[in-house]
Amino acid sequence: MATPRPRVKAPSKASKGEVVTIKTLISHKMESGQRKDKEGNIIPRKIINGFACTLNGNPVFSCDILPAISANPYIEFHAKVEESGEFEFTWTEDGGATYSTKSAITVS
Amino acid sequence: MHTIMKKVTGGLGILALGAGAMLAAGAAQADERKGLTTPDGHPLSKVISGYEFRIPETQALQDDDFQNPGMLWVDTGAELWDTAAGEANKSCADCHGDAADSMNEAGAHYPKWNEKAGKAVNLEQQINTCRTENQKAEAWKWESEPLLSMTSFVRHQSRGTPVAVQTDGPMTPVFEKGKELYYTRNGQLDMACANCHEDNNGNRIRSDMLSQGQSNGFPTYRLKWQKVGSLHRRFKGCMKQVRATPYKVGSDEFVALELYLAWRGVGLPVETPAVRN
Amino acid sequence: MATMNRREFVITATGAAALAIAGMPTMALGAENDAAKRMADFTGGATPSDGGITLSMPEIAENGNTVPIGVSVDSPMSADNYVESVIILADGNPNAGVVTFHFTPMAGVAEASTRMRLAKTQNVIAVAKMSDGSFTKTETLVKVTIGGCGG
Repeated sequence: MATPRPRVKAPSKASKGEVVTIKTLISHKMESGQRKDKEGNIIPRKIINGFACTLNGNPVFSCDILPAISANPYIEFHAKVEESGEFEFTWTEDGGATYSTKSAITVS
Repeated sequence: MHTIMKKVTGGLGILALGAGAMLAAGAAQADERKGLTTPDGHPLSKVISGYEFRIPETQALQDDDFQNPGMLWVDTGAELWDTAAGEANKSCADCHGDAADSMNEAGAHYPKWNEKAGKAVNLEQQINTCRTENQKAEAWKWESEPLLSMTSFVRHQSRGTPVAVQTDGPMTPVFEKGKELYYTRNGQLDMACANCHEDNNGNRIRSDMLSQGQSNGFPTYRLKWQKVGSLHRRFKGCMKQVRATPYKVGSDEFVALELYLAWRGVGLPVETPAVRN
Repeated sequence: MATMNRREFVITATGAAALAIAGMPTMALGAENDAAKRMADFTGGATPSDGGITLSMPEIAENGNTVPIGVSVDSPMSADNYVESVIILADGNPNAGVVTFHFTPMAGVAEASTRMRLAKTQNVIAVAKMSDGSFTKTETLVKVTIGGCGG
């Protein structure tokens, strides 16, 4: 799991006005900053600290994440879709790195 | 549903006492759990997957392929399957094609006798044999991310296939060795696998729910490890917990134990990647 | 003192044990975490009401590393009446903050799920901030056991 791998499960089709469920997962150790190494030194914190979902560029849902979220963070939420377009999902890591993936949806 | 068996013993000496005092008396074999009947002469009346011993929330994690964190390793394995490696510059796919076809039963039948090696080998070892002999690549270290990923991916292709291993012919001494190891007491706590997993599955050891110790779900995502881990890693953990010096991963002892365990779980479907506590 | 004779050691150990049995925090347990402060920061000092918000968590966690949590807030999620955010706090962890979910009307429903770490048995608290400036909260006790054998 060297590079965090995102996974998203979002429907590709929906009816106008339907509320769809979106599931996301990203592989990440979520090093909490509480653990110590063999010499007794604190292992520095390194976590995914944020997640955001947009639809056609408009914010749908986001979260501020702290070390109490488990390794390989799983986030499930919903979106009410009125028009076709593209979801974009972005995870932000301590230090500023971001990981992104997209998912298209056709709304009829 | 969650019966916490309180065993009130004086002081902090619980771990120092023998096995009998620590575990609840008698074997509450949890007859209400789903399982398969066993052939005559099998030490268990019913084989029950570790899945049945976990709480519904944990089972839900395994049931949903999306939510199952173990699938992240399967994904990585799928990528590695298609990646050319070694001096031969071949990928697994070059010889084995679509894993869903070629590997669809393999994972249910290891450990197997390997004529060329003159010994029983398990799945991790077979993968490394392919790497070194066919791909002319370096073997992956035990418990490394690539080996865990590839083992999970390959065994996952056999998901649903009932475990069935050869225990006769050249495997006879391996089976007998594994059986001996299973019933031999070890370590400062002087406990054998059987004491927990045969005599007390369905009971709690302090607050931990004991399963039959089956192997059909390995490599498994353990909540404790927060990652996927191999069966031999789990063996080592169990041995350390009874304060014994563990055998090495990939050792003949652990391969023998793995074979015996596969036989003990005969008929259980492969669940890789399982989610356990 | 450099050394302690056996009698002194036994008395001290018994004393510490007695305190633990009486339910009083021993030195090792430390002070309360920052749950109250984080809640006050979130609500600007206002006291949340309760009702209209549900937390779904197991009664006993299989393993404190990975405990599923779901939160749901009743709301039409319309442009003028929606849930802005929900903060999750754990009052027995080294730090109380867990996650803050931010919703928009486009989310459709104010529901989210994730998996969290619990260091020990404690209350998990959810506080919702509504678009009209009001707050509501709920909490649930989750038991976390230290396993008997490598759990």
